[in-house]
Amino acid sequence: MFSHPDHAEFLPLDQLPVLVEKLMQRGYQCLGPTVENGAIVMRELQSPDGLPRGLQAEQSPGRYQLTRDPHNRYFAWANGPQAIKPQVFAARESLWQVRRDASGTLAFEAVVPDVPPQALIGVRACDLAALALQDAHFLRDGRRDAQYAQRRERLFLVAVQCAEPGATCFCASTGDGPTPTAGYDIALAELADGFVVVAGSEQGATVLQTLKLSPATPQQIDASRQQGLAAAAAQTRSLPGHNLRDVLMNNLEHPRWDEVAARCLACGNCTAVCPTCFCHAEVDEPALTGQSSEHVRQWDSCFGEAHGHLHGFNVRPDIRSRYRQWLTHKLATWHDQYGRSGCVGCGRCIVWCPVGIDLTEEVAALTAEIQP
Amino acid sequence: MNAPHNIIDTGAPHAATVVARTEESPTIFTLQLRLDNAAAQAAYRFAPGQFNMLYLFGVGEVPISIMSDPEDRNGIGHTIRAVGRVTRGLAALKPGDKVGLRGPFGRGWPLQEVSGCDVLLVTGGLGCAPAVSVIHYVLRRRERFGKLVIIQGVKHAEDLIWREQYDRWAKLPDTQVMVAADEGAAFWPWHVGRVTELFGLASFDPKCAVAMMCGPEGMMHAAADSLLARGLPESRLFLSMERNMQCAVGRCGHCQFGGAFICRDGPVFNWGEVKSLKSHRGF
Repeated sequence: MFSHPDHAEFLPLDQLPVLVEKLMQRGYQCLGPTVENGAIVMRELQSPDGLPRGLQAEQSPGRYQLTRDPHNRYFAWANGPQAIKPQVFAARESLWQVRRDASGTLAFEAVVPDVPPQALIGVRACDLAALALQDAHFLRDGRRDAQYAQRRERLFLVAVQCAEPGATCFCASTGDGPTPTAGYDIALAELADGFVVVAGSEQGATVLQTLKLSPATPQQIDASRQQGLAAAAAQTRSLPGHNLRDVLMNNLEHPRWDEVAARCLACGNCTAVCPTCFCHAEVDEPALTGQSSEHVRQWDSCFGEAHGHLHGFNVRPDIRSRYRQWLTHKLATWHDQYGRSGCVGCGRCIVWCPVGIDLTEEVAALTAEIQP
Repeated sequence: MNAPHNIIDTGAPHAATVVARTEESPTIFTLQLRLDNAAAQAAYRFAPGQFNMLYLFGVGEVPISIMSDPEDRNGIGHTIRAVGRVTRGLAALKPGDKVGLRGPFGRGWPLQEVSGCDVLLVTGGLGCAPAVSVIHYVLRRRERFGKLVIIQGVKHAEDLIWREQYDRWAKLPDTQVMVAADEGAAFWPWHVGRVTELFGLASFDPKCAVAMMCGPEGMMHAAADSLLARGLPESRLFLSMERNMQCAVGRCGHCQFGGAFICRDGPVFNWGEVKSLKSHRGF
């Protein structure tokens, strides 16, 4: 974020709604942190001053609890269950539809979503890293996913440095946070009286030009840098910094897989909240008239029984093989696919697991006494 | 190994018409399809071993490997076993009925790279269409290949479809046909017992041969052990894999095998690419 501190500027606290207002004036539907069902999610802001203040979230394995921030900051909360992923890879959407006329002739037509340009305010470094991985998957050379591309191209991202990571966060160890370094249009670091702000794209710079900014002082830049270092140092969980591919793939029959399978409910929560999980099912929904049908994709999970289904055979009939598929894909074979681990250290799989299975703890057990 | 990824469309299927339906057995049938758009049909190219996604109106899609000859421009053949919702519906189609077709997808058999060499096909189970398409391919271009060795295993003698074809192939020059049924039947002229008992009898030149397998995992492992022990280089041993493909373009995630997306990086793999993970259940 502050690789070019000479370009950093300062946005006074009371000017944050103006940033939202400018984005709304430019035609963006603005989404920001919103409390829904006791958790912070990204929802449309009804007005420029609609950003909530003073929210925090205590998180631990299997537990998420909103609390108050004594300093009444805008962004003192650590990530909720979802952020960017549902805005680009929709949980459920039509891919194509088909009409059948009286003669039985079929007419197929691709469906491209009609979505407005969206600005997401308050996204975190881990989710920017996850978005880059989703981009690599859905926008692969020569095979761009039309629906994803449509949503992705209309996205404007206002990132925020994490000052108060959750107890389940470990982005510092995966190298993905807590300070945003790439992939944003605008990045903010929240200080007591305002925000150190930098542009990460031409669109971001254009928006910043419409705001009343002053150059950030060296003290402000240093304060934001120290805040990032402190947030990294505050993280108590971690994954090993090296590539886990070989150590995991060489231990596919480790007894720990049985042990974790005895606790795992195979509910799929971890895959639903994971910002990089991309599996989806394709299903067909005929209209009651019998004259048309929709081909729909919806998020799927490798923990579900149908995921490994083949006629007369299930590739992964037991929870052990499903948990192992998830973890080895995320941390090992993702390297083969996209050149890095599929984990960005957001810790959501730990928080939203109903029995509190902790991926960092499982990795530690699986790799204990084993040199990479 | 580099079959052309000549995808005609990555989005919605093309409408196609059933031009012929052949009953192969009580549960297995072949559909010849032709794309309704003449230009799309004329432009359609595939390699043996690739597959299409066939769509039954209102029900869904299934991955089906392409059975016909790549130079046959009249239609695209698919041999299908009725085992699920979509395939049972496809079984009820008649000539003139409409389906959707997306494809071809994936990487086919390495047929361009093995000119002049012996070709071994090792298949098991009910009607292994991906391999039978190779047999037809070789027989129609007989001068390009050396010996043709066909090894097919079935559980019960009555499971063997295209039985007349095996009888016919067995009479051809430079062609060795060996069929095994775990349980024989009256007038069963072939081996009764495990197909693995036949691998040692295969006659081929390990210095210039290629083997292609599809079927049950245990059979493929046994075949690989036997052929490699007889000197076939691992680089000349291939197999076709099957998983729950839904998108067919490496996106939906169901067919992942380690880091590979079988729909895109396969379904045909070199043995060396997959052998280590194949020894573990659950991938």
